[in-house]
Amino acid sequence: MGKLLAIVLVAIAVLSAYPIVTHMFVLPEDISTHGYAIDSQIHDTMLEAGLSFVGAQIVLAAFVWSFTNRKEGSPLRSFPGGAKVAVMAAFVLVGTEVLALGVMGQKAWAEVYFTAPKPNAIQIQAQAEQFAYYFRYAGPDTKFGAIHPDKIDEGNQNYFGLDPANEVEARDDIVSGELVVPVNREVQLLMHAKDVGHSFYIRELRIQQDFVPGLDLSLHFTATKIGKYEIVCTQLCGLGHYNMKAYMNVMSEEDYEKWLTEQAGQ
Amino acid sequence: MQEGSVQEAHVHAPPEGFVRKYIFSLDHKVIGKQYFALALVAVFTGMILSWLMRIHMVWPNAKIPLLEMFSKNGAPGGVVTPEYYLSLLTMHGTLMVFFVLTNAPFAAFGNYFLPIQIGAEDMAFPRFNMMSFWTTFAAWVVLMLTFFIPDGPPIAGWTEYAPLSAVGRDAGPGMQWGASLWGISIAIFCIASLLGALNFIATTLDLRARGMTLMRMPLCTWAWFITSCIALLAFAVLFPACILLILDRHAGTSFFIPSGLVISDRLQPHSGGSPLLWQHLFWFFGHPEVYIAILPSMGIVSHILINSMRKPLLSAKVVIYSMMSIGFLSYMVWGHHMFVSGMNPMSSLAFSFPTLTITIPATVLTLIWLGSLYGSNLQINSASLFALGFISMFVAGGVSGFFLAQPSIDIYLHATYFVVGHFHLVMGVASLFGVFAGTYFWFPKMTGRMMSESLGKLHFWITFVGAYGIFMPFHYLGLIGNVRRYQSFVDDFMTPYIGWHKFVTIAALITGVGQFIFLFNLIYSRFKGKVAPENPWSATSLEWTVPSPPPWNNFGGRHPIVYHDPYQYGVKGSKGDFVMQNSPEQAVPASGD
Repeated sequence: MGKLLAIVLVAIAVLSAYPIVTHMFVLPEDISTHGYAIDSQIHDTMLEAGLSFVGAQIVLAAFVWSFTNRKEGSPLRSFPGGAKVAVMAAFVLVGTEVLALGVMGQKAWAEVYFTAPKPNAIQIQAQAEQFAYYFRYAGPDTKFGAIHPDKIDEGNQNYFGLDPANEVEARDDIVSGELVVPVNREVQLLMHAKDVGHSFYIRELRIQQDFVPGLDLSLHFTATKIGKYEIVCTQLCGLGHYNMKAYMNVMSEEDYEKWLTEQAGQ
Repeated sequence: MQEGSVQEAHVHAPPEGFVRKYIFSLDHKVIGKQYFALALVAVFTGMILSWLMRIHMVWPNAKIPLLEMFSKNGAPGGVVTPEYYLSLLTMHGTLMVFFVLTNAPFAAFGNYFLPIQIGAEDMAFPRFNMMSFWTTFAAWVVLMLTFFIPDGPPIAGWTEYAPLSAVGRDAGPGMQWGASLWGISIAIFCIASLLGALNFIATTLDLRARGMTLMRMPLCTWAWFITSCIALLAFAVLFPACILLILDRHAGTSFFIPSGLVISDRLQPHSGGSPLLWQHLFWFFGHPEVYIAILPSMGIVSHILINSMRKPLLSAKVVIYSMMSIGFLSYMVWGHHMFVSGMNPMSSLAFSFPTLTITIPATVLTLIWLGSLYGSNLQINSASLFALGFISMFVAGGVSGFFLAQPSIDIYLHATYFVVGHFHLVMGVASLFGVFAGTYFWFPKMTGRMMSESLGKLHFWITFVGAYGIFMPFHYLGLIGNVRRYQSFVDDFMTPYIGWHKFVTIAALITGVGQFIFLFNLIYSRFKGKVAPENPWSATSLEWTVPSPPPWNNFGGRHPIVYHDPYQYGVKGSKGDFVMQNSPEQAVPASGD
């Protein structure tokens, strides 16, 4: 039965690698300026992880094949070099490779988190709530009206709890259920959670960030391709979690300006 | 180690009466079996919950017979509702992590075999030991109650992230009493685990037989010992976290709830709390918990592999130090669950490096197991098949950790099926393979009867191929961005991939049916199995020097003396190619190198 196990192990290694090698499952198209770094990091890691996986299964299979049902009285042998080789191999091969990957990966992380948004980045506030997203643009005065949780009134579409009667800044704020952004222009998303934890995930944009109640987080990105992309919630937020989504609509600069004017006119 | 004084401290009279013998028993062996039985009930419950989830996910309108009788609100007409899906998910995770992966490899086998393997008559504190099992049982009862209250089980997942878990009724069905019972259950579970961990540590340090130096302890005893040290620190943090959660829910405190939250149109009367505090406390426990699940299996698998290979590992010391490093590092990596949680991005880097570093001791272990197979005289039976399967699964689940340890990649893969595939393989399947290997190996000792080998092998093949069939596709689905914890796939881009989910569901159903073969084998062999000799595997450690099953005081009043390290295999001994740990004879190296 040892030989059968060896065959099954090799078959599992081959079958598991097959969909990856033949690109049956590919990452969605990248439409961000930082995504290439993440993608190449995934690619490099796949190479290392894949080789380790296939290699280990094949070695396991080879040893199981060779050392079961040996002839009566076959002498036991020790792996040449013994434990020292195993420890050295782990430190040198895996240790350095994995740590190198880690160091290289910091570049992609830094681009998302350690660089400040450009001064001309468009500020958009995103609010996540059970089970929808709302986006707010500051309007011509470039200032957001303050959020008053006690004034939130979903029935009258006052999702953010704005107080236009008393606050000038709130009067020209534009609220949209869709995230509309111009192409190739940096966007800074100011993230606000109304009720519980949510998340903001756009696959094509290679962006994922939680909304944390009580914590105003900010995220910046540049979308490089016109089109509509799904925004989904990835933080379990209650019974409608699976259905919590919105779209990001990436437009040309002119269309974006037109859209803003239309919204402001409403 | 003095004979007498320390040994006498815990000696108790033989148990009398049904209750003392089988229910409120002080005997570590009975308690070990009780833990095993509870884990068995929990694992089958958890598995059936996963079936319901998988079926609902790919056939959302499927009518599941009898389910309406079980939950009228959750499954009207036998069709699972979206919110009940989340209840199933929460209960699956909670049952599996706490009542299966903590109980089976650690509490069940550890209780039964740790004292015997070090030559003790019982645990250091038998009454504590009894309490820790019955406290665990109480925790399980409280958790299961959530199925029977009108509110139903909580829907916030096994991680119960605040503020969803902390605000009560407004957060949705199951979040009123369901979530409170969850918090109470886990708090009770923490107490039980703390008692158990203390007992394991005291027993290992104080009750070792003469000659049983620390380095002569079997590797599984080492693993249980290290695990109890981890558990002591981990559950000590989860316990107060649960208390704070309960206070937020019922005493109006605001540890995890900030101000200004409007939930279900109601402004919440809280201020000043932090949802991230819950995440830090939870994962400070949660990551070490992964190693609480896997370390005992590493020990069990090493113990069994050595016996099946008929030769020691390349180095037992390296294995012990690697397990220790894993235990130590397990406390520095919890933040890798929180890369995109909004914590300081600098922290992500700080948590990323220890996470990557932990692959080094894990790789050392793997290479030691692989290298030791070389030149061995490998015996194939159900136990060794599962032990070999463990190595395969551990590698499969481990390599995907390379991805998730890197914050930059986690931006894309976080909360996708990639993560689900990763932790199921490494923490769930691999550690259960250790449990299965342990069951086939030790069943003769525990019951005095052998398990059926043919059924055991059949069980192995279904489980081994099935588990890959279930969890490998999860990684691929994660790569395309398939988000986890969704009851159905409302995204258009998922349509071409529904077939893969169907494949996984069918694989899960088949693999699950395979587990009933195991259950049947357990029950059948317990009564009809071949009578087991004292040492059916020609093994060397102390549990094989006592009758099968061992008498109430393990060694029948004798105090074993230990002369060797536990793995004198591949030598010329009077009984064959091995020398027992308590045999004074000097091992003669066998011919060959």
